[in-house]
Amino acid sequence: MRRFKAAILPLFIVFAAPLGAAEVTDFTLENGMEVVVLEDHRAPAVVHMVWYRVGAADEPPGKSGIAHFLEHLMFKATDELEPGELSDTVARNGGSDNAFTAYDYTAYFQRVAADRLELMMQMEASRMDGLRLVPEDIATERDVVIEERNQRTENDPGALFGEQRRAAQFLSHPYGTPIIGWKHEAEALTLEDAQKFYERHYGPNNAILVVAGDVAPDEVRRLAETYYGVIPPNPNVLPRNRVVEPPHLAERRLLYADARVGQPYVIRTYLAPERDAGSQEEAAALTLLAELLGGSGTTSYFAEKLQFDTQTAVYTSAFYSGRALDDANFGLVIVPTDDVSLEDAEAALDDAVAAFMKDGVDSANLERIKMQILASEIYAQDNIGSLARAYGAALTSGLTVEDVDAWPDILASISEEAIMEAAERVFDRKNAVTGWLMREDAKEVTQ
Amino acid sequence: MIRLWLVFALTMITAAPLRAAVDIQEVMSPGGINAWLVEEHSIPFVALEIRFKGGASLDPKDKRGAINLMTGLIEEGAGDMDARAFAEARDALAASFDFDVWDDALSVSARFLTENRAEAVALLRAALVNPRFDQDAVDRVRGQVLSGIRSDATDPNTIANRTFDAMLYGDHPYATSRDGTLESVNALTRDDIVAAHRAVLTRDRIHVGASGDISADELGAILDDLLGDLPAEGAPLPGDVVPRVAGGVTVVPFETPQSVALFGHEGIPRDDEDFFPAFVANQVFGGNGRQSRLSLEVREERGLTYSVGSVLVNYDYADMVLGQFASANDRVAAAIDVVKDEWARIAAEGVSETELEEVKTYLTGAYPLRFDGNGPIARIMVGMQTIGLTPDYITTRNDQVNAVTLEDVRRVVKRIYQPENLHFVVVGQPEGLESTN
Repeated sequence: MRRFKAAILPLFIVFAAPLGAAEVTDFTLENGMEVVVLEDHRAPAVVHMVWYRVGAADEPPGKSGIAHFLEHLMFKATDELEPGELSDTVARNGGSDNAFTAYDYTAYFQRVAADRLELMMQMEASRMDGLRLVPEDIATERDVVIEERNQRTENDPGALFGEQRRAAQFLSHPYGTPIIGWKHEAEALTLEDAQKFYERHYGPNNAILVVAGDVAPDEVRRLAETYYGVIPPNPNVLPRNRVVEPPHLAERRLLYADARVGQPYVIRTYLAPERDAGSQEEAAALTLLAELLGGSGTTSYFAEKLQFDTQTAVYTSAFYSGRALDDANFGLVIVPTDDVSLEDAEAALDDAVAAFMKDGVDSANLERIKMQILASEIYAQDNIGSLARAYGAALTSGLTVEDVDAWPDILASISEEAIMEAAERVFDRKNAVTGWLMREDAKEVTQ
Repeated sequence: MIRLWLVFALTMITAAPLRAAVDIQEVMSPGGINAWLVEEHSIPFVALEIRFKGGASLDPKDKRGAINLMTGLIEEGAGDMDARAFAEARDALAASFDFDVWDDALSVSARFLTENRAEAVALLRAALVNPRFDQDAVDRVRGQVLSGIRSDATDPNTIANRTFDAMLYGDHPYATSRDGTLESVNALTRDDIVAAHRAVLTRDRIHVGASGDISADELGAILDDLLGDLPAEGAPLPGDVVPRVAGGVTVVPFETPQSVALFGHEGIPRDDEDFFPAFVANQVFGGNGRQSRLSLEVREERGLTYSVGSVLVNYDYADMVLGQFASANDRVAAAIDVVKDEWARIAAEGVSETELEEVKTYLTGAYPLRFDGNGPIARIMVGMQTIGLTPDYITTRNDQVNAVTLEDVRRVVKRIYQPENLHFVVVGQPEGLESTN
């Protein structure tokens, strides 16, 4: 049964997938645009992605949601394209296209027959420096974004709770602000806000091209030089320089009650280091720690203590994804059985963590996890689209192609001692936010 | 900046669509189990998809949820292994087995490495043929199912679907949730789970697809090993149901800022001679790819929703045309008016020549892109088998799309868009909108 993963948290892909594509080629154009080519000749298809090193964590204060709003507006007119023409042209060529915004990146992609790659580049290059925003597009598209926020967040108590938790987790860093924007700020975004953000951050020197599929690197280089290579670097692009979190001195606790909560739970997140270029060992240890503690609903430490030895929980999890430019989160979740209170559930979770710190790593379990890491390199080759995505996300999060390629070996090299030492460092309650998601009627009982 | 532009765009649009490059072999095992295979030896693993028709619809009336709970228990202990021993053995092989069930089928999606294929197959066989259904596992997984049922009870999307299903399907299994209710699931015993397994996992309703690093002979031997010891016949399959609903609106009050709207009425069977015209027409109306009429009018022009679409739904025993969107409580009534107008417009006017040509190029170009990887190929092959298609469908399917004429569409839109029968279920606090009966 896997239903809880989807219900409570985004699904974290534990091994962060970029694991040895068949052939990886990377180079940089003269204007600073990085290019990564992944070859997979099994089917005559291609994924074409352009990733910008700008995301929600790069927004000016008070303008939350502008990175995502601009992503929507990028499908409107350019110097060469009518509003909606890019997507319609992709569709007429039998392809699909979309875009997504995260804290550290904004990415645009098309999936299409390999012989249409040139057309994709031509259109994508057009909106790299030729976006033409007009007032008529702004109001309706902002309404669309507000409906998107309604759908993803306002209508979902778990998402509202997650927003509050992140805001409490980060004292100063923009990772505490929702990607889609606080509602009152997203409602007030203007054409000028979008234009300024575009002019400051978009350009070949802030972009990474990832092309994956039935292509030859030399041909990709020729096309990239033809369409992207002619765009001059944007002089407004500056290195990212985010605020640094102050020391966390006080544990934070949240109680959130909502009549729409069907299943209460406890979640705790700790501030945790991210993967850094050339230095991924601590992140690898935390990745394995999360897997050992809560990666499997059957064999993980939490499952054993809280779902098998005792019937405290219907679901437990530990999660960590180190692919971020700045500090990440290490999280623990317990969804109690019907007759267990949130207070008792949290206590049981604490006891399980304490017991793990005493017991140490189960060698057989670690060996199985490492076997799965090895195998994931094989399975990953079957899905070129997700490989492309993994490279793009890593390269916009401060990592290099070499870091991505080294990651499986680093995971395999981590010792039991290194995992326990990383655990000692990360489980610091001063860095932690503990949240209870409650039914509305439970509020009085717990206050 | 203006760059080399127009000439190139025009030439690309007229390029011929790809053909899907999959070579399907039909394999008959020595024991008589049929499967479709695509051999692909470049990556050392196999994706294996097995589907048992019937699925959760085979629940006895008073045991709703038994088959869903049983499905959650298949991997929770088998043969001499309890749940944890089984999971440890599976993880040590880096194999994965996913079990899923819906009202038309129970599916098994497996993948395993070439280097330990025999051990992985033995493990999967144990789960399929000799699951233990230990009482502690039954109670543990039951707790998870109940938790999901409680969550769904306050989810506006689920409430909308359940409400519409109950209106449409009378006393057919489709009318109720395959998860069961808190009461029905609490009442299930281990014997009910054993009976559910016996009713569903049987040889008379198996479809198999495999893609990856395996030969036809190897696959044949595996099929007998995996499935040969299952019982020959399962519980009787349900009959057809004609979804009946009067046009109008049903409001389900629920305190939340954005209303969820689900709409539709009876559709068209998959084997109807006008299915392809209907499919193409709906692509223009509410499909993805090229901006659909619904998306253009409700989202792009008016900003009333983030996402809206419609689909022809072909269950094994019922056919629907269904759509969905969500809008803030003070805007949902306006969005419904737009959908109604569009529903009437397409029924009266059909589609334009340009619309028809554009969706044809989209559909025919997108089709080969579906076959991207062993897992998707195995799933597509099983899906084709369950609706009675043959392997050559892959090479003729685009021709059937291209053969659709404006006249075909004009004929069929009167059947698939019936303004007088269009019903909306709205969950939320919609302003200016009331139930019609």
